[in-house]
Amino acid sequence: MNQVGFPLLSLITFLPLLGGAVIMSVRGDEATVAQNARWTALWTSLIVLGLSLILWWRFDPALAGFQFAESLPWLPEFGVGYRMGVDGISVLFVLLSTLLTPVCILASWEAITTRVREFMLAFLVLETMMVGMFCALDFVVFYMFFEGVLIPMYLIIGVWGGPRRVYAAIKFFLYTLAGSVLMLLALLAMWHFAGTTDMTVLLRTAFPQTMQYWLFLAFLASFAVKVPMWPVHTWLPDAHVEAPTAGSVILAGVLLKMGAYGFLRFSVPMLPQASAYFAPLMFTLSVVAVIYTSLVALAQTDMKKLIAYSSVAHMGVVTVGIFSLNIQGVSGALFQMLSHGVVSGALFLCVGVIYDRMHTREIARYGGLSDRMPAYALTFMLFMMASVGLPGTSGFVGEILVAIGALRVNFWLALLSSTGMILGAAYMLYLYRRVLFGRLTKPDLRGILDLSPREALVFAPLVVVTLWMGVYPSSFSHFFDASVAALVRNQQAAMAAPARHALLTMAGEEVVGPGSRAVSAVGSSGDAR
Amino acid sequence: MIYAAAVFAPILGSAIAGLLGRAIGDRAAQAVSILGMVIAAICGNIAFAELAWGGAETGSVDLGTWISAGPFHAAWALRYDALSAVMVAMVTLISTMIHIYSVGYMGHDEYPTYRFFSYLSLFTFAMLMLVTADNLVQLFFGWEGVGLASYLLIGYWYEKPSACAAAIKAFLVNRVADLFFAVGIALVFFVFGSVEFPAIFAAVGQHAGETYAVLGGSWPVLEVIGVLLFIGAMGKSAQIGLHTWLPDAMEGPTPVSALIHAATMVTAGVFLVARMSPLLEFAPTVKALIVIVGGSTALFAATVGCTQNDIKRVIAYSTCSQLGYMFIAAGVGAYQVSIFHLITHAFFKALLFLGAGSVIHAMSGEQDMRQMGGIWKKVPVTYVVMWIGNLALAGIPFFAGYYSKDAILEANFDVGTGVGLYGFVCGVAAAFLTAFYSWRLLIMTFHGKPRAEAGVMAHVHESPAVMLVPLIVLAIGAVFSGMGFHAQFVGEGWHEFWRSAIVNGPGNHVLADLERVPESIALLPTVMGVLGIALAYGMYVAAPSLPGALARAFGPIYRFLLNKWYFDELYDAVLVRPALALARSLWQVGDATLIDGVPNGLASLATDSSAQVVKLQTGSIAIYAFSMLIGLVLLVTIYLLFR
Repeated sequence: MNQVGFPLLSLITFLPLLGGAVIMSVRGDEATVAQNARWTALWTSLIVLGLSLILWWRFDPALAGFQFAESLPWLPEFGVGYRMGVDGISVLFVLLSTLLTPVCILASWEAITTRVREFMLAFLVLETMMVGMFCALDFVVFYMFFEGVLIPMYLIIGVWGGPRRVYAAIKFFLYTLAGSVLMLLALLAMWHFAGTTDMTVLLRTAFPQTMQYWLFLAFLASFAVKVPMWPVHTWLPDAHVEAPTAGSVILAGVLLKMGAYGFLRFSVPMLPQASAYFAPLMFTLSVVAVIYTSLVALAQTDMKKLIAYSSVAHMGVVTVGIFSLNIQGVSGALFQMLSHGVVSGALFLCVGVIYDRMHTREIARYGGLSDRMPAYALTFMLFMMASVGLPGTSGFVGEILVAIGALRVNFWLALLSSTGMILGAAYMLYLYRRVLFGRLTKPDLRGILDLSPREALVFAPLVVVTLWMGVYPSSFSHFFDASVAALVRNQQAAMAAPARHALLTMAGEEVVGPGSRAVSAVGSSGDAR
Repeated sequence: MIYAAAVFAPILGSAIAGLLGRAIGDRAAQAVSILGMVIAAICGNIAFAELAWGGAETGSVDLGTWISAGPFHAAWALRYDALSAVMVAMVTLISTMIHIYSVGYMGHDEYPTYRFFSYLSLFTFAMLMLVTADNLVQLFFGWEGVGLASYLLIGYWYEKPSACAAAIKAFLVNRVADLFFAVGIALVFFVFGSVEFPAIFAAVGQHAGETYAVLGGSWPVLEVIGVLLFIGAMGKSAQIGLHTWLPDAMEGPTPVSALIHAATMVTAGVFLVARMSPLLEFAPTVKALIVIVGGSTALFAATVGCTQNDIKRVIAYSTCSQLGYMFIAAGVGAYQVSIFHLITHAFFKALLFLGAGSVIHAMSGEQDMRQMGGIWKKVPVTYVVMWIGNLALAGIPFFAGYYSKDAILEANFDVGTGVGLYGFVCGVAAAFLTAFYSWRLLIMTFHGKPRAEAGVMAHVHESPAVMLVPLIVLAIGAVFSGMGFHAQFVGEGWHEFWRSAIVNGPGNHVLADLERVPESIALLPTVMGVLGIALAYGMYVAAPSLPGALARAFGPIYRFLLNKWYFDELYDAVLVRPALALARSLWQVGDATLIDGVPNGLASLATDSSAQVVKLQTGSIAIYAFSMLIGLVLLVTIYLLFR
């Protein structure tokens, strides 16, 4: 059925649920249950990580199409099926999810003390939903995972969150609900038109131009909230501030990528004309996001809020790259997403380290920590530099590629979307200075301890990945080179399609070009109805 | 290959010293990082010698792919040509001296210094990557790496608020320039389809006629690229407008200042201009801009240098001014001359800073020249080497600076254009001021009556040998590097020395014409230098009351100069404060009031009603359950409708 001969993706997706079931079946006094839950969750997530590494070895980067494909009939009469598969665009996000989950579980080892079993369960369910979403090749399956991610996330914020968790969770919910409903409508419209929810078919379906515009806006409503794009970003700082550390890590690391992934999976390839048409709007919103939220980050007094706002700015760079619709821009956007997943996750972990010790995120409560915490200072420095895009770290590669892609669109787009170079450095260095530099004057900070071995273990893989991605990015980017090239090629072909259409029908032969396939798909779906 | 060893030995030393410093101890960490530097210096100078005298082939060492996306490709590679090799040799040699000197200078620091040595080596490594880059993106890697290392070193004493502020300022001002540099790289790729130097340089001619539409007009694209890259160079090389970080950078320990001002960092901009000479030869407007900016900086910084009282600040402004000289040379097409001055300057500026460090060391940390004086007999070696450094800086014949500065001014006079003349006039005026403030520094620091407290004076002592030996080595360089390299760099041997590393366009004969400048013009800088020295002698030895009287008589001008032309105040008022105010208002008005107004209204509605309907331990779960339900209902309804 696929190159490994067994349903690897489904196994990776649903194994965490099995671990969850084991956790639920544990009996005993509270401490035992908690300890068992931790170990079970950790081992489950590590096994899942191990399995997902098969993807790393066996994925063929030369192919642009979907690999490890699985397909089971589900509701055949409606054209709905259980379809899974990964291509170059999604495969690394599966790995990102499976990497961050054990990191988060390890980071919550001591930080979570109440309802440990439920917490670990929520995390494993979350992993299933995230991985499932990146693997889904059927729109209905995708939609279920896409929405399903929110349930454990709601719970993680709402139950283990900070004092204003209710407010944050409701805000989170209200924002995402509106978008989800519109995406559902888009799903139904697409199904209505194409007669199936198979994404591989939808990718080859040429939707009429006007329909594309409406579909694009519906997708935009959903994905823009998830990215989040300006001006629907304000749920993010609140959600981050209230979420426990591990929740923030996953939120920033993986959940923020869902929106951008949606753009790359649906908007750009399925709605090529609309993507080109709305690109200026996307650029405007993105550039405003970069400048606006970077400035807002500068004014923050809460560490987590500052990093949350920086995420919005970084994701603005991602959306610029995606809608530049050229190879450098899209590659840069993908790389920036992966990099941001690791780096912002790590930055939230950095905040978590001192939050666990002092129980405050107020920047003014800190100062001079590098004296007592040299290893922590070094780690924080590395991730700060990756965040500001220092060459040699993962942050730079995406940034420069997006700048190059953006310049092919417009000079000012490149210049303005790169202002994060200055503003990002301003708020991050200012944060670092207030927390780690200066004289240690606050008496309660005197006894603060440096990274524990467990914390060092949490950071170690992220440090390695950040530097690896920065020094030899090709070992990551070669996964998506072919897929991105195909995506851009198809987009450009679709823009030129009307002219080629007549030519191809006249020739009357099976042509491999994307434009022609789109045409035949329209024909067959028309016949089906 | 030894060339690669020269580049990578420092980073190895840095990593070991930095990461294992606590484990292996301070002494071992120092030893490792110095060992790395010594290896680098030996290898780097051998590689240079092979190229300069051994007739080695130029080329590049390929280390692998870095970034690739579609046709975009940037490799890790070490370029080996005269320009890179001479920079590698200079950087490694000077940096090694600074490392050794630091053992003594940092000896009294209350903290272990492995971190310091690790940063120094990192700094050197970044600069080496910059100068050996074979493509613009790797050059940018070194460029930003230098920025990082300077940030770490300027803020080395992180407990001092002023050091932290200076470190951030250095990083941010550089980043402003780097933004333009990065966009310039993007534009290079857009135009040439490559960022590799060989590909760019080979194709420059084909793109000479192309235009690029920006800022409401259509400009020659090579000019646009040139301007963007030059703005980047202005940031690193502290040219007027983007210079404000450099004087503040002296917040770092003195060896750091020496490293920044002499070998690494500030020379990067000049290097970039020389490296891009094949492209700039097709961008005459940018070249004119370079001369104007360089000339203005040379003069501006010299005027400020005349009024400063902090010994390091005077030298810092002199760097700013000397960098201006390098740019006026490059701007008239004499890139070779600008690199020549870069090399000689590296020796005497490192010497001056380390000498100043020796003075500060002797004066128990005092940096204000008004609190010095009368110490020359107590620190004879320092005194002598400071003389040598200042003689070289002022361009007094047969010292290093004389050859390079003369060549610069002759080149500017030689081209005979308006901007060339501007550069020449600024340069000659700055030569006068340079000599003046140099001797002002010497006199105020070493001569006259002791102005320091008796306790400090009793403690004044010559520095240990570990500091003096580097000073003497650098002093030898400050004396001989000018006459030693003159023939090859800018004299009759320049053609086979530089080969294709630096390109002079077909109409550019400036180097060939250097010797044809009239005798009177060639003598002018020397005359101005001697006059400046005489004025300093007159004001600070013969009539010591004169400076104070002048300052009072010309109060506004004096304050204008003392406050460095109010650049910092201007930026603070125009950029920093408005940005912070805007940040606060965007947050509190934009986000909290406007954007959040809508959902907050809805949210409070939802919380109120839910609080009344369900009483669960956590209200949020109820909301979720409730909302899931709504979602399910919606889903089923729509599904049924469409069936």
